[in-house]
Amino acid sequence: MAVEWYLVLSALLFATGVGGVLIRRSPLVILLCLELMLNAGNLALLAFSRSTGNEDGQVFALVVMVVAACEVVVGLGLIVAMYRRRLALNVDDMRQLRG
Amino acid sequence: MVEVAFFAGAIGALGGAISVIALRNPFYSVLALVVHLVSLAGLFLILYAQFVAAVQIVVYAGAVMVLYVFVAAYVGGAEEPLWEPIPGQRFVAPLLAVALFIELSIAVLGTGLQAIDSEGPALDAGFGSPAQIGELFLERFLIAFEAASVLLLIAAVGAVVLAGRRRESPDGG
Repeated sequence: MAVEWYLVLSALLFATGVGGVLIRRSPLVILLCLELMLNAGNLALLAFSRSTGNEDGQVFALVVMVVAACEVVVGLGLIVAMYRRRLALNVDDMRQLRG
Repeated sequence: MVEVAFFAGAIGALGGAISVIALRNPFYSVLALVVHLVSLAGLFLILYAQFVAAVQIVVYAGAVMVLYVFVAAYVGGAEEPLWEPIPGQRFVAPLLAVALFIELSIAVLGTGLQAIDSEGPALDAGFGSPAQIGELFLERFLIAFEAASVLLLIAAVGAVVLAGRRRESPDGG
């Protein structure tokens, strides 16, 4: 398979993630859509790593996974804190920085 | 053979991604994301990234998704309200996503990069194996490796601070 197939698939997955972030209003689903976008980036990194025959892209993809894990942990912590304070889990209601 | 595997993985990944944003219940969205991640791991295998594919399955589809499932079960499946703060958001947002896809495709396909329409060079057997990745991490990318460990530690502490019970609030936080 040529590398451009992977790149177009990666663009498609990234656009899907962007659409999800714009449409959905539950913070949990928005975090899931962020995961979609990060994974699309990972796919592009690995495709370029394959096309250049260089493993640096794979190391970069692993670092992206670490960053994604950190983002998940902090985001889910925020969601749990919102739920504990009995705030509605709707990003449109979160308009002020002060809870 | 590779084409069949690619299209199977691509359909799984795309179907999972669309299910994530289309399903109303957040719990089902999490399960759809697991399908997406496992399909992507198959694509990673075709790209000779064995170690990354294994990490994707074990860490992502395993550990991170279990965290999501716990939080989705904890906060419950709240239905999203139909009220839209921005008029027409439901129709403009998909248009923006499609426009972004077209723009990215033009940028990718119209690029002057060489060998983008070929499969890439022939690789030796150890490409992407844990031994090679580990050697790169511990020699060339040692600083990135250490920074990643510090970042994970900070994120863990931050999650405990954010989600932990507060002692000063009488109702349990």
